[in-house]
Amino acid sequence: MLANFLAEPAWTALALSLKVACWATLIDLVLGVGFGYLLARKRFPGRELLDAVLTLPMVMPPTVLGYYLLMLIGRHGPLGAWLQHNFGIQLIFTWQAAVIAAAVVAFPLVLKGARAAFEAVDTQLEQAASVLGLSPWAVFLRVTLPLAWRGVLGGTLLAFARSMGEFGATLMVAGSIAGKTQTLSIAVYEAVQAGQDDTANLLVMITSLVCIIVLVSANRLTPNRNPQG
Amino acid sequence: MTIAVDIQKTVSAAGRSFTLQARFTSTSQRVVIYGASGAGKSMLLKALAGLLTPDQGRIELGGQCLYASAQGINLPPQRRQLAYLFQDYALFPHLNVRQNIAFGLHRGWRNPSATAAQETVRYWLQALELEPLAALLPHQLSGGQRQRVALARALAPAPRALLLDEPFAALDPALRQRMRAELDALQRQLAIPMLLITHDHEDVQAFGEHRLRMEQGRLIDSASGTTECAHEA
Repeated sequence: MLANFLAEPAWTALALSLKVACWATLIDLVLGVGFGYLLARKRFPGRELLDAVLTLPMVMPPTVLGYYLLMLIGRHGPLGAWLQHNFGIQLIFTWQAAVIAAAVVAFPLVLKGARAAFEAVDTQLEQAASVLGLSPWAVFLRVTLPLAWRGVLGGTLLAFARSMGEFGATLMVAGSIAGKTQTLSIAVYEAVQAGQDDTANLLVMITSLVCIIVLVSANRLTPNRNPQG
Repeated sequence: MTIAVDIQKTVSAAGRSFTLQARFTSTSQRVVIYGASGAGKSMLLKALAGLLTPDQGRIELGGQCLYASAQGINLPPQRRQLAYLFQDYALFPHLNVRQNIAFGLHRGWRNPSATAAQETVRYWLQALELEPLAALLPHQLSGGQRQRVALARALAPAPRALLLDEPFAALDPALRQRMRAELDALQRQLAIPMLLITHDHEDVQAFGEHRLRMEQGRLIDSASGTTECAHEA
């Protein structure tokens, strides 16, 4: 079993999954904090519509998302053609495409967590800080974010777990190139298809373990478990 | 210090609308605005602090224009140099007493350290007998202690005036008397102009050098002429 493990390309798949999930989570964190704060604090027309659109990836089939992404970043898609023409970059069937797919699919998890966390911060504390002479940026960094970070981080860890497990959209935009775009979850599918039960078992165990670790960490950070925030 | 206010603001929610209309001038160091809850006192105080923008009018403090719709002047709260004591104090729950007091003295993007010890912080810890509590978090304090911390935090950046929103409402009656006496002494010692809003008659008795009554959003002081913003901010 151990010999198998070291021989298998499972390590490569795990490393790739972690790399993709880390990048996707980082992108989601930045965008999720921005949009979460916007939706929690600013009043503008179309606010709830924006929330609904950004939450769509949570309810849409990953294959549908993958199709949309193909139309956008594919060779003939507006973004894909533009990148190809101006920078000679081809996103499709690269690990970066897997990052985009995972980021889109997992984004609602960060957004929901961040919005709820920001909404839970008493606006009076922000008002007190601004009367005390702080600029809006300083208020955000010194009052809002420190009081909301647990909720933000909880959502972020869930997004990481979701990114690790992403399959459908990733397969469509990044394909399944062993050692290049074949993530853990795709490797599981390939192993089962090829009848390599040992490999499949191993990959499934690794994936389960990583997801459990992430979920336990996320639960520990759930705000209502620790009211002191 | 002269305060001159002439503002109007209409808010509507759930099909009902409320209009705040306030016009008064005062040169008193102790102004008390009293009226039943829901009369619009908090709205007025928030407008003075810059936390709420009136529909039109002028707010002038000590010759400086804080707000003037005609000239398009509207100083943001962080540039008004006012102190605001919230009804339930609004202490920062993630910062200890020392950090709360030092909060307005640090204008950067990072909070003061848990051991911040500049002269001003030491002075206020001592002045309000908060030294033994310096390392505690707000939820570990009693009501009276919280109010002292809120006062120290508000006064530490040396504001031009102190705005108080029902400062004793959150305290039990026995403590109220004591905290009134403390605020009274503190205000006299600092000679800082203060404007207090309350529905409690005893607050009016204790602090009302210049008393103004607010009813259903209206506060019109007939002794007040129209205000003119002579100087820009």
